[in-house]
Amino acid sequence: MSDTPALRSTPLSAWHRARGAKMVEYAGYTMPVQYEGTLAEHAACRERVGLFDITHMGELEVTGPGAEAWLDSLVTNKVAGIPTGKVVYTAMCHEDGGVLDDMLVYRLGEAVWLVVCNAANHAKIAAWLQARVPAVGVVLEDQTDRTALIAVQGPDSRELVGRLARLAGRGTDIDALDFYTAFTLGGPGLDRGRWIVSRTGYTGEHGYELYLPNADALPVWEELMARGADLGAVPVGLAARDTLRFEVCYCLYGHELAEDITPLEAGIGWAVKLKKGEFTGRAALQAQKDAGVPRRLVCLEITDRGIARQGQAVRQAGREVGFVTSGTFSPTLRKPLAMALVAADAADGPLAVDVRGRDLACRTVPFPFLPARTKGDPRAERPLSA
Amino acid sequence: MVPDDRKYTQEHEWVQVEGELGTVGVTDFAAGELGDIVFVELPEIGSEFSQGDTIGTIESVKAVADLYLPVSGEIVEINEALVESPELLNKDPLDDGWLFKVRISDPSELDQLLDAGAYNKLIGG
Repeated sequence: MSDTPALRSTPLSAWHRARGAKMVEYAGYTMPVQYEGTLAEHAACRERVGLFDITHMGELEVTGPGAEAWLDSLVTNKVAGIPTGKVVYTAMCHEDGGVLDDMLVYRLGEAVWLVVCNAANHAKIAAWLQARVPAVGVVLEDQTDRTALIAVQGPDSRELVGRLARLAGRGTDIDALDFYTAFTLGGPGLDRGRWIVSRTGYTGEHGYELYLPNADALPVWEELMARGADLGAVPVGLAARDTLRFEVCYCLYGHELAEDITPLEAGIGWAVKLKKGEFTGRAALQAQKDAGVPRRLVCLEITDRGIARQGQAVRQAGREVGFVTSGTFSPTLRKPLAMALVAADAADGPLAVDVRGRDLACRTVPFPFLPARTKGDPRAERPLSA
Repeated sequence: MVPDDRKYTQEHEWVQVEGELGTVGVTDFAAGELGDIVFVELPEIGSEFSQGDTIGTIESVKAVADLYLPVSGEIVEINEALVESPELLNKDPLDDGWLFKVRISDPSELDQLLDAGAYNKLIGG
């Protein structure tokens, strides 16, 4: 007999089921992988607006006078000194430079911070932080179980978010949100009604993420669906969430990021500030940079017929030089594309992917496949790289 | 939707027999389970295979499924429309989304396949 722990649900799980979503287990939660169809959901988010239940993400609140310096010593990007309302994308690394997780760090107040990590790494990150909390000056509180998270993403997301009753009269605040900033209603520390309205997302489109108390999740979701009907708002499952992030080349932990991959290799060196002062993994990352980063993430278009998938070997002239980290058929570009981690000395040469025993030819294309529209005109025409 | 004018396999394919030719496709159930199909790889015309051989693949955005030959024989025609429009497999798996035609070398193999009622039971219908 297996001893499988019960799957966790979100305040929206029953809604997803009633809507006919296909549910899958993901990181211990039962989550919607698709509703009507992945391609249609993907297109709706690119062209209109999509709603995502991402309540499974982990939210760890860090407070106290020591919070700022302590967090800064644990992450690769610089969070010390950021203003209230700023959000920073960062990696958290092991001493050896391998990535424990990638995450968002919010400064919600002078001494109030929120770390938002991947669901699959939530237990690991919570334990990593707990083991390192100083005796004085820092309080760590896991808010995951009381926090729902709804992402509203797409060119019409600004319009839709502005229609929420709770945000009535806050149009100026919403318009003032630059990419990677947030404001709170209630708070800034956790109170029972606190909302965080965050101009962030994982789709490459203009978008928002709303952190809500569990009790608000269903009414807000239903309000967004109702008020977004004329905009063509649809719920979007995890499958399209993955294809959306893939096209704009956002890293996904377990694919481009892992404990045996450094952020420098994964192409997020811009989120590693080696000169900011000491942080966990700094020495290893500095050494890797000095010696030359051994592997590089490349963007591939499969020019033979076939679709490359995660884990498949990448070869150059018969020599195995790396592996596919993510690969699928791009719904927007309508061709098979892949990201692969390959030896730096092979990254500029011709590459092939071993798809079930057959070497398929590839073409290396510029990063990213599809430019993000997270800043500026949400409907800007996009030059297509691939 | 499991019409009784054809036979079915445990691997969720159907074969419709007309004379010595069998037209093969995937079932409505299989197409639904796979989700949006974006790529189809079919066998070469003129190639010969045995019952149960893996002769191609169907890929959706998330998943890869192998295609098996339901009855031994020679591939005589493939549905070229699927190359450009793999979505036909979702839109109309039982008709326009057919995969290939096989010249059946041993008709007795058809007896091992499921009828509509048995297949319907298999998918919990």
